Amino acid sequence: MPLLKTNSSSLWQSDKLLAVTLKSCGVATGLIVFLIIGFLIAEAIPVLKTTGISRFFTDPGWYPSSNQFNLTPMLWGSLYAMVGSVLLATPLGIFSAVFCHYYAPPLVAKIYRMFIQLLSGIPSVVYGFWGLVVLVPKINEIAPPGTSLLAGILILAIMILPTIMLTADASLSNVPAQYLRGAAALGLSRSATIRGVVFPAARSGLFTGVILETGRAIGETMAILMVCGNIVKTPTSLFEPMRTLTANIALEMAYAMGNHRSALFVSGVVLMLFIISLVVIAEIISSKAVYE
Amino acid sequence: MKSILMFLLIFQALALGSAQDKVTLTGSSTIAPMVSDFGKAFEANHPGIRIDVQSGGSGRGITDARQGLADLGMVSRSAKDDEKDLKFFTIALDGVCIILNKANKLESLSEQQVIDIYTGKITNWKEIGGKDAKITVVNKAEGRSTLELFTHHFKLKNSDIKASVVIGDNQQGIKTVAGNPNAIGYVSVGSAEYDSKHGVKIKLLPMKGVLASTENILNRTFPLSRPLNLVAKSEPEGVVKEFLQFVLSKDANAIIKDQFFVPLAK
Amino acid sequence: MNKKPQLQDRFLTLLVYGSVISVSWVLFLVLFDICVTGGGSLNLEFLFSEPTSAGRTGGIAPILMSTLFILLITMMVSLPLGLGSAILLSEFSSEEKLFGRLVRRSLDVLAGVPSICFGLFGNAFFCKRLGLGFSILSGGLTLACMVLPILIRSTEEGFRSVPKEYRLSAAALGLSRISTLWHLLLPAAIPGFLVGFVLGVGRALAETAALIFTSGYVDRFPRSLMDSGRALSIHIYDLSMNISGGDENAYRSAFVLVVLLLVINFSASWVSERWLKRKIVLS
Repeated sequence: MPLLKTNSSSLWQSDKLLAVTLKSCGVATGLIVFLIIGFLIAEAIPVLKTTGISRFFTDPGWYPSSNQFNLTPMLWGSLYAMVGSVLLATPLGIFSAVFCHYYAPPLVAKIYRMFIQLLSGIPSVVYGFWGLVVLVPKINEIAPPGTSLLAGILILAIMILPTIMLTADASLSNVPAQYLRGAAALGLSRSATIRGVVFPAARSGLFTGVILETGRAIGETMAILMVCGNIVKTPTSLFEPMRTLTANIALEMAYAMGNHRSALFVSGVVLMLFIISLVVIAEIISSKAVYE
Repeated sequence: MKSILMFLLIFQALALGSAQDKVTLTGSSTIAPMVSDFGKAFEANHPGIRIDVQSGGSGRGITDARQGLADLGMVSRSAKDDEKDLKFFTIALDGVCIILNKANKLESLSEQQVIDIYTGKITNWKEIGGKDAKITVVNKAEGRSTLELFTHHFKLKNSDIKASVVIGDNQQGIKTVAGNPNAIGYVSVGSAEYDSKHGVKIKLLPMKGVLASTENILNRTFPLSRPLNLVAKSEPEGVVKEFLQFVLSKDANAIIKDQFFVPLAK
Repeated sequence: MNKKPQLQDRFLTLLVYGSVISVSWVLFLVLFDICVTGGGSLNLEFLFSEPTSAGRTGGIAPILMSTLFILLITMMVSLPLGLGSAILLSEFSSEEKLFGRLVRRSLDVLAGVPSICFGLFGNAFFCKRLGLGFSILSGGLTLACMVLPILIRSTEEGFRSVPKEYRLSAAALGLSRISTLWHLLLPAAIPGFLVGFVLGVGRALAETAALIFTSGYVDRFPRSLMDSGRALSIHIYDLSMNISGGDENAYRSAFVLVVLLLVINFSASWVSERWLKRKIVLS
């Protein structure tokens, strides 16, 4: 509830200065996204002018040096990896948060939380390295070549777990204590309390967590590049290799010139569109939830 | 808003203020670690001078040198026809060889077999006398000079290659092959030789009967070799020239060998 | 009648413990790997010497220094900007107003921008357009853009947790908004701010893709902020993916990174606890 509205009168001159300073902070942070999108589009325009947008979805394959720019397999790759890892990480993260709040003794919960925080700061390279050396050979024993969609999903799930777990944890701690006492007074069992009282009360926070982790899952680059095999082909099973849009940029950017480089910026723009539609969907769902 | 503008102005001023005692090199990630070491050795004898090395691929080495963004570009292949406007200085040689996992029984492959494996005509090791297992074909990502050298030698087109894994850097290739008993890949001879000597589970295959080793690259018998170049837009002068002379002299040989490449200076 | 809830309770307990155990097990594996391989052979000399032979031997002193400088720039730029925006969003604008909504949504998008896009943007904007070149400054500024959304989100939460009575009483007393902010809201919002700080530092330390294109590859001591400097995460990437025989030092560097992160986490939570205590004693 913002009570310090700018338009309400204040006796103090210095408050005007404050308002201006804060406004410019807001403008500056708000502009960054537009700057980023602007730059990506500016770099993408040359290839869009010569080849048009449709070729990015209809070309026979991705061979930029022979002027073929089909992005769809990588779009599917990004999508599959994202959906898989979110499906895997969300229950694990939420149950971990429930554990911290309603099962574990305070000390254990604190240590567990620290542990997860620590993992959110480990570079993706380290996860990728671990995946390449430990996970991929294991999967290879089941179904070669090992570098696969599955490896990507597993590594991504580990990487986004801290995000969902920490946000779920924060939103669970915002559940008013009266609710819990009320549930206890009614003699509800622990599972009934969590299902019937805690989850509905924390719904919007949990939802934010899912959106945040989904964003991270799409954006992850280095680890996915190391474990997914990077074949430009829509995967038809969990054990097939695939390439994501982010890996595509990271793999080829340093070696790309002219149209090829420009085409990589098109992958960047596509990624941004992905994120924007995600935010819009989240906005729609959460505004619906408010009016329910 | 004004303060933001001020910030930008200060940044601009800082940028223009940087002195001309800096030599900037950009390009191939294969060459970059070695040139970093050259830089350190050179700086030790030339106080006040800084050699800045940025990694980012041979293509970038060419572009940056041409546009003057870098004093020297690093390019890990020979000059293409449309690059004759630049001056190429070969500092060392490197080879590219086929590697297999150590558990693989096969000791050599004919040129045709390699082509057939990479184009997907042979998909199982038993077809060429190995065990019954699907071949994992490791290919390099588009634009890498190792890929260009490989496809050029075997007269393949990248779009004909049926790969199961695409990798970026050498070490990723070596780790992928080392972790997969049925994989085949191609990487820089120097690093493969180092790794196989240090217990990594890979083996280097001979090409046309010539053993893949730094010696055979030096005596030019190994068929798949490439020059590691520094390129300049015009005849280098001043500090850049001094640095280039140092790199091309035999004082630099120890560093080149240290990175498992083959020095040329005698 | 009592049977069913009991069964459900057991089932939930099973699920909760099952996921906690599997998560801890996997995460333990990763950490264990880093600590044993990297921590076992670590000595002080590694921290205080320069890398030699492309990082295969020698230490990481210049890389640590560059990393800290990048982090410093990131925080110097993002902390005031983030704090200002958070105050604006939570105290000076409401969900209904277009401006606030616009800033909030653009921050939501910013939070989801892939790090590789930050790298491309940083390279095009800071390095080329502003002429900063590959430098610690470019890297720090790029990372500042990247950590802003996390920072603002958590700080905003901090301000939200301040009871509205504080603001009402301050307004009734005729305090200027600046004093209300400074004496009442800011101290109360500090814990949220620190959580954002810790998460931001974690994200910045772990970043590889955005820094390769901005702060660069040079592994020497930087003389100024305009010099290119290699960050720890890039060093780890280069050692494990580009340098044969670099694995050992890659593990060591990863271990150093984990310890660095632990130290920052601990000191931030220590500071926030002290702050809370002082506040309670005073009031």
